[in-house]
Amino acid sequence: MSLFSIMISTILVNNYVFARFLGICPFLGVSNKMETATGMGIAVTFVTTLASVITYTIQKTILDTLGLQYLQTIVFILVIASLVQFVELALKKMSPTLYSAMGVYLPLITTNCIVLGVAILNIQQELNLIQTATSAIGASLGFFLALVLIASLREKMDIADIPEALVGFPITLIAAGLMSIAFAGFAGLV
Amino acid sequence: MTNIINPVVVLGGLGLLFGVLLSIASKIFVVATNPKVEEVLGVLPGANCGACGYPGCAGCAAAIVEGRAPTTACTIGGAKVAANVANVMGVNAGTFDKKVAVVKCQGDCDKAKDKYIYQGIADCRIQSTLAGGQKECTYGCLGCGTCFDVCKFNAIRMIDGIAVVNKENCTACNACVLACPKNIIELIPYDSTAVVKCMSQDKGKDVRGYCSTGCIGCQICVKNCPVDAFTFENNLARINYDKCIDCLICVEKCPTNAIDNMSIVSEKFAKEFAN
Repeated sequence: MSLFSIMISTILVNNYVFARFLGICPFLGVSNKMETATGMGIAVTFVTTLASVITYTIQKTILDTLGLQYLQTIVFILVIASLVQFVELALKKMSPTLYSAMGVYLPLITTNCIVLGVAILNIQQELNLIQTATSAIGASLGFFLALVLIASLREKMDIADIPEALVGFPITLIAAGLMSIAFAGFAGLV
Repeated sequence: MTNIINPVVVLGGLGLLFGVLLSIASKIFVVATNPKVEEVLGVLPGANCGACGYPGCAGCAAAIVEGRAPTTACTIGGAKVAANVANVMGVNAGTFDKKVAVVKCQGDCDKAKDKYIYQGIADCRIQSTLAGGQKECTYGCLGCGTCFDVCKFNAIRMIDGIAVVNKENCTACNACVLACPKNIIELIPYDSTAVVKCMSQDKGKDVRGYCSTGCIGCQICVKNCPVDAFTFENNLARINYDKCIDCLICVEKCPTNAIDNMSIVSEKFAKEFAN
């Protein structure tokens, strides 16, 4: 697979939110406002890319050579949790503005299943290091796209005249479902 | 045996490695925080309402400690919180200026002419995107009650198509000021009396054409004010509340009654707010 097709595949065709249904919690949780959605998107992009590269290295150098593939999940979680912690520390020192912009969303990424999902799927698909990084960037950009799309819709829906029973999450879920169907139209692109 | 030892060593080793790395990182990336920020945060209300203009109480506390905000920055908390904050900061409390929101428009259904009949979603933010709203006056209150919706303190009523603030309930939280798409809600000192209730910057002739109670820029108030509290720019009179002595001469003299006496208004609408 060429890097370009990996990119298109992870952003549009196999969008992690709309096609694989991973990361639904932050997708619904932080999509109230455009501002927070963007912050979360940037934070996820950053952490997913780093985590994928590091987990790939650990998988190849330690787990595969010792035949400990069954430890994959727990080791990856360990890596992601430490990485998020590290990024938080570093960001607080180096860029307080970015740190306060991301705020509470940074530690929340630890439990974002996209980060773990991307890392594990990359190993399963037997990608090499460059492909892994590309796929991780694509996946998080796809998540970013989904988050920004739904946030811009929700900002409009907030002031729209919606039947009382559907106000809030119900209408958001309907919108997300419709958007998922729309994304199904990308199938066969790659 | 290696089947047991290997996973333990790998997992334990990785955990130890990351733990050490993180503890080193926390030493390298240590950020000195002023302990006063925590103390100030402790005496703030903690509602994270954002009325002070900072992102939450933590942001406000940091701003106060760094001197970017006065000790009276918390408008919701009032004099009590301001005194506590001043206590923590070790400065004199100073006087807390209680404020109140006022809707600077009186062009209700009878007084202001309509440009068209709006039948869309009842929200001023949406109405204002449609040729500036249904009123011929492009500055006035649209009357859809967006400020009423955002008011958490039951201080705003829609009366004859105009938003009116109840002085007693208003906490000057700034929510309506931010929500109003026409920017006609303002915070003024609580004990002020005379208020120019018009925001129109059109020429007097035009204002006369579409509203019977707008500021027509005649400057009678400016000429009659004994303390020169009025400034006049962009065809609109403004009151400087540092100078105003509440003589109410301007209220009397204004030919279109665009200048209103705040204390009477609250009595006039007391019945509306009672229910």
